[in-house]
Amino acid sequence: MNELRGPITPVMAPRLTPLLTLISRHRVVSVLLFLLVFPWLMPYEALAVNILIFGLYAVGFNLLFGYTGMLSFGHAAFLGVGSYLTGMSIVHAHLNWLLAIAIGVGAAGLVGALMGHLAIRTRGIYFSMVTLALGQIVYYGFYKAERWTGGENGLRGVTVPAFELAGWTIDFTNPVTKYYIILGFVAIALGLVSRILASPFGAVIEAIRENEKRAAACGYDVARSKLLVFVLSATICGLAGSLRALHLSVVPIDSLHYLQSGQAVMMCLLGGMGTFFGPFVGAAVFLYLEDVVTTLTRHWMAVVGTIFMVFILFFPRGIWGSLIARWERATTPSAQT
Amino acid sequence: MVELTPQLLGLQLVTGIALGAIYALLAVGLSLIFGMLTVVNFAHGAFFMVGAFLGIYFQTLTGSFALSLVITPLVVGSVGMLSERFLVRPLYGRGIDYPLLLTFGLSYVLIELMRVLFGIEGLPSSTPAVLRGSVDLGIGRFPLYRLVLIGATAAVVLGLWLVIEKTRFGLIIRAGSRDPEIVRVLGVDVAKVWLLVFGLGTAIAGLSGVLAAPTRAVNPEMGITVLAESFVVTVVGGMGSLMGAVVAGLLVGVVFSMTSLLAPEFAELSIFVLMALVLLVRPQGLFGKAGLMG
Repeated sequence: MNELRGPITPVMAPRLTPLLTLISRHRVVSVLLFLLVFPWLMPYEALAVNILIFGLYAVGFNLLFGYTGMLSFGHAAFLGVGSYLTGMSIVHAHLNWLLAIAIGVGAAGLVGALMGHLAIRTRGIYFSMVTLALGQIVYYGFYKAERWTGGENGLRGVTVPAFELAGWTIDFTNPVTKYYIILGFVAIALGLVSRILASPFGAVIEAIRENEKRAAACGYDVARSKLLVFVLSATICGLAGSLRALHLSVVPIDSLHYLQSGQAVMMCLLGGMGTFFGPFVGAAVFLYLEDVVTTLTRHWMAVVGTIFMVFILFFPRGIWGSLIARWERATTPSAQT
Repeated sequence: MVELTPQLLGLQLVTGIALGAIYALLAVGLSLIFGMLTVVNFAHGAFFMVGAFLGIYFQTLTGSFALSLVITPLVVGSVGMLSERFLVRPLYGRGIDYPLLLTFGLSYVLIELMRVLFGIEGLPSSTPAVLRGSVDLGIGRFPLYRLVLIGATAAVVLGLWLVIEKTRFGLIIRAGSRDPEIVRVLGVDVAKVWLLVFGLGTAIAGLSGVLAAPTRAVNPEMGITVLAESFVVTVVGGMGSLMGAVVAGLLVGVVFSMTSLLAPEFAELSIFVLMALVLLVRPQGLFGKAGLMG
């Protein structure tokens, strides 16, 4: 497995072509430049907003799965808690939307700390099963708390009235405005993730992925690093959830279900796990395909399931990961055959 | 509020055991596959669901529940063996996450396949006529079919135990789950054993689907929650332990049915909380690391 995830991290790729080197060096700026023009490439803006939000969700998940090697099946809990807490702050407490986002993100981080505390006691396959089951606790908890969450019907009426900001009227019902507001938050989160990955701590989590015992033998506190990256990952997914509540103006109960966690896994793998751009590529391909395929057939699940299996069997690096690998091979012919 | 008499509690206990019997069967299949192949079958719930659908289909086709109990597991097990041979096998040696992810994708396809074959509404299910009615247990009358469930599970587990402990095939399974490398060196075709074990595990999932069908709604999504519940059982019992799967299955069933009597709104939550408690006290599960049958 190591060789699959090895030299595909953009930071350490001096052999790449100059353009790719430039993109890699300024990865946050590159992805933001692309996202700035992205809405004009999509058939309609709401899809672009969706891709932006799920891209962020997959980025948060990738931090844990792609970079630390921990396959969680409970990340829907963070997306959902972020959505619900933001939504409930607006619907029930009539709080300011910025404050509501802060509450959603904080709550997701807190749930991440609780879940992480239990889940990191296990490793490997066990970890996947435990995170799945712990995520279902959150699902049933919100499902049953109908009075506050709307139960099966989801939480409705998460609307932000138009407001003035520095002379501009910001109206969330305008999809383009909404896109760029959300992009602002995504930019902050991406900057944070990039900074984490470039830090010594980023090196530690990759060391844990490559060889946990050796990382421990080198004197790193593996349990604490795992918990910290779990919480960070949960927080980012929580932010994605908060933004999603504002985007949809409802919070569906399904956003907490483990199938939603599975979506993060699929997007991450489709794009390329352990790569900086991969999650966005994966989210874009997944949601664009869903948009196209569901107009053609009712059997979207069979299509996505098959595509996912094909990728696991034949392209485990994902779309972006395979592209990078190809570039690397092209620029270093001596390393091959 | 219903008055809590000892009779009522007793009956609820038996209901819990009947529910737990299904959980136990599911976890036994999961555990068997994991113990041998170190693969967590995320399509286990989907195989259970396919079993329930095909069970009803073969029952109406042949007019016999008993016949369907034999045919369905064979068909589901064959589907399982095909998936192992062509989808899971290429992934061995590529890291433990890949087979798991693949079976997750497979579950999507199986769910959609049943929607195409039988419609999105699902199928009406009913208890076979001979097994209707109730039995007097001394503390009150109890549905006969649920007792049959308990009996059938006991028979399957006993049969499996005999196969694993007393036959040559079982000896290979036990040895293979300890050290597949040595078993291969000794001249055993491990790939074939893995194929059969995967087939056996999914066949048991299919069988539990047939058995569970009369007690619940049969629809393409029924396996989704069941998967999460069987993970709870496996984590509580300890991975790769058949004994643990049975004990934890019954325990989870009883906890679920007792909470649905005493505090119905917490019924679904209770089993997950049980798992969290086990993780706090004994992360390896009640019978974890005790070998396949110990």
